[in-house]
Amino acid sequence: MSASVAVILVLAVGTYAFRLVGPALHGRVELPARVQELLSAGAVVLLVALLATGALTEGGGFAGWARPAGVLVGAVLAWRRAPFAVVVLGAAVATAMLRAAGVA
Amino acid sequence: MRSLPRTPWTRNRRLIRDSSLVWLASGVVGVSFGAISVAGGLPVWVPVVMSLVVYAGSAQFSAVGVLLAGGGPFAAAATGLLLNTRTAAFSLAVADLLGPGRAARLLGAHLVTDETVAFALAQPDPARRRAAFWISGLGLFAVWNAGVLAGALAGTALGDTAAYGLDAAFPAVLVALVLPALRKDAPLRRAAALGALLALAATPALPAGVPVLLALAGLIPYGRKEAAV
Repeated sequence: MSASVAVILVLAVGTYAFRLVGPALHGRVELPARVQELLSAGAVVLLVALLATGALTEGGGFAGWARPAGVLVGAVLAWRRAPFAVVVLGAAVATAMLRAAGVA
Repeated sequence: MRSLPRTPWTRNRRLIRDSSLVWLASGVVGVSFGAISVAGGLPVWVPVVMSLVVYAGSAQFSAVGVLLAGGGPFAAAATGLLLNTRTAAFSLAVADLLGPGRAARLLGAHLVTDETVAFALAQPDPARRRAAFWISGLGLFAVWNAGVLAGALAGTALGDTAAYGLDAAFPAVLVALVLPALRKDAPLRRAAALGALLALAATPALPAGVPVLLALAGLIPYGRKEAAV
């Protein structure tokens, strides 16, 4: 068995097991409303942490200025209630323009 | 026509329109994943099969990165699994959207990703959350895998995808999706800010995937506050 096959198998089985945690518990354990609310809050907290680390870091270090600057443009657009498309494209275009101008 | 703005179809069309941007961006990232894997010396089937059965962008990138750097299969799988531990929490948060029926739950579980969960939770009611989960989830699965296949076949002919600024698009997608929840809930804002700071502070020191989990500690003051009310 090659190394690639082993990696794919372990990663696929493990990841699917993580993904089954929710559906497996759902319906069997009656979760109180407060726990449900905490789960939704937990998902938002995880997503914010993901976007913060995704915007600012790369491989454990600083990602450079172009990416967080673009994300900031997107965040300002989202705060001003711009349409979703404008937020996403605004962030990508700002970062691409900064890179084209030589900002890493 | 103007008097019928809230039919399920117009709602779904809006979901498809918003999702399609995420699909487009993911498709291009998928292309770059396929291209990077093949350019690093892996056969075409490795990124293609991995994308179908693992289906988790960041874990795939790190696992292939570790493999190509000579880190060995154990380190590659462990890195990817650490990154994916968060999907357990996400699957709990969207568990009620995955039914009804065993088949739908088993299939839906495979579609749990950061973007799809964010899309679903951003919707105001259960019917729309369910529609958002399935529409964005199935579309993302199709586009991601098509992108990886195209990239693996094209190899290195694509150039540097960083020039398109797509790496900024993904955090911006998440900003747009979590902002409505953060706007109306001050304790949640504080919990998220605390969690993000913890994750950022831990990023240089801990293996990828762990810092984001640490962010859940931001919920502690949030839970206490709720219990006190």
